[in-house]
Amino acid sequence: MKKILQVLFIFTLFTYVNISVNAQCKGYAKKLCKLELIPYIHDGNYHAAILTEGEEAELYKTFYSGQNYRIAVCGADPLNVIEFQVIDAYKNVLYNNKEHNNSRIWDFKLESSQQLKIAVKVPEGNGDSEYPASACVAIMFGFKEE
Amino acid sequence: MQRNRLLKNTSTILFIILVLLFGMKCKSDKSKQKDTNMADYLSEDDIFDDIDKAKKIFYALPSPLETAMIIKSAGAGYDEQLLNPTQNTSNYTTNKSLALNLGIYTTDLSFASLFDQTQTAVKYMEATKKMAEDLDITDAIDDQTIKRLEDNLNNRDVIMDIISETFLNSSSYLKENDRPAVAAIVLVGGWIEGLYIATQLVEDKPLENNKLVDRIAEQKLSFKIVQRMLEENKKNQTGQENKDITELMQDLTGLKKAFDNIKVETSEIKVEPDSNTNVANLRSQTKITITKEAFDELKQTVTTLRTNFVQ
Repeated sequence: MKKILQVLFIFTLFTYVNISVNAQCKGYAKKLCKLELIPYIHDGNYHAAILTEGEEAELYKTFYSGQNYRIAVCGADPLNVIEFQVIDAYKNVLYNNKEHNNSRIWDFKLESSQQLKIAVKVPEGNGDSEYPASACVAIMFGFKEE
Repeated sequence: MQRNRLLKNTSTILFIILVLLFGMKCKSDKSKQKDTNMADYLSEDDIFDDIDKAKKIFYALPSPLETAMIIKSAGAGYDEQLLNPTQNTSNYTTNKSLALNLGIYTTDLSFASLFDQTQTAVKYMEATKKMAEDLDITDAIDDQTIKRLEDNLNNRDVIMDIISETFLNSSSYLKENDRPAVAAIVLVGGWIEGLYIATQLVEDKPLENNKLVDRIAEQKLSFKIVQRMLEENKKNQTGQENKDITELMQDLTGLKKAFDNIKVETSEIKVEPDSNTNVANLRSQTKITITKEAFDELKQTVTTLRTNFVQ
């Protein structure tokens, strides 16, 4: 009986922690990651999730000619380094932040409108910790008129 | 005896929780599998090809603010008659109509703001506030937001920042409170409003070399994202069908037909870095094929759709 109550307690705690982490994710995107977009105007869309070391995420978006864009991909502590690539419909890698000191941002403009994929990866941990780390990862877009 | 019954009840609750958790996982696996089976997206140059590799997939539609900016950048003018009258706010009572019109009013608000129609912007911010409140989105737009807007009527950058922030508040609130389907409907409403305003603003002249027509035709690319986003939200976490999403997908079948008559072909991209500005230039070509008949059909379909959304 005691064990069952313990399991239920852990489950409730897990659910509570999950809700609280989600709220932190929203706060992280709004208060910290959004700052990376300055001086671009944030488009107002929200794309953020809790990711664990080794996990990947993808985002699909059409980018239009006539605008300058900034992509910001940020990870909350302890996931400070997040890898991201920008890939076109022909599967060409247009940008890889690993080749740019793991930069959190990339600025670009387009000669013609294109659908692009942003592939995001949280690198594997160095094995120091018993459990892989998890934290909020946000993908945000800013734009300004050319 | 009593101890045994308590033990039995607790075990039952625990079992139900485990079944629910297992069900949620299966649902997520199933939806990924469904994506790869969609024959419409299997062309060799399609960007969605290897979609099931990642843990989390995001579909990003242009936000109302970006939509308004795209229309303005394409050289369109401003016509207040095209906006959804704010007196209509009391007509919307269902979740679907409130969500669609939250998107519609946010696009109207963005459009008016970009053309420095400040008094109209305040009116439309009030309308979006009502839609958000009726959808039980707390704290997205409050009286402080309206006051900040009124205090900065001559500062377009601050106005755009306020619009961006309020939209972020609504979308993050919906997504983090297990209402991603409502967030998706808001986005579709805003996107359709942009398409409606843009198609109405195309002047009666040849469609070739018309930037606004090009931007409209290119919405075919975003329409694929709309379809996938709605497909993903068709069922909730427990596998229950979301009727609003199913209905919206049916509403959009005419739009698919209209876009099928428009061809948008894009070439490979060459990246040209610019060390002075640090803004990379993505060089590529887009070939758009759109006849007068295809444009008129699209315009008519969008008008009918939008009329249904705002009535």
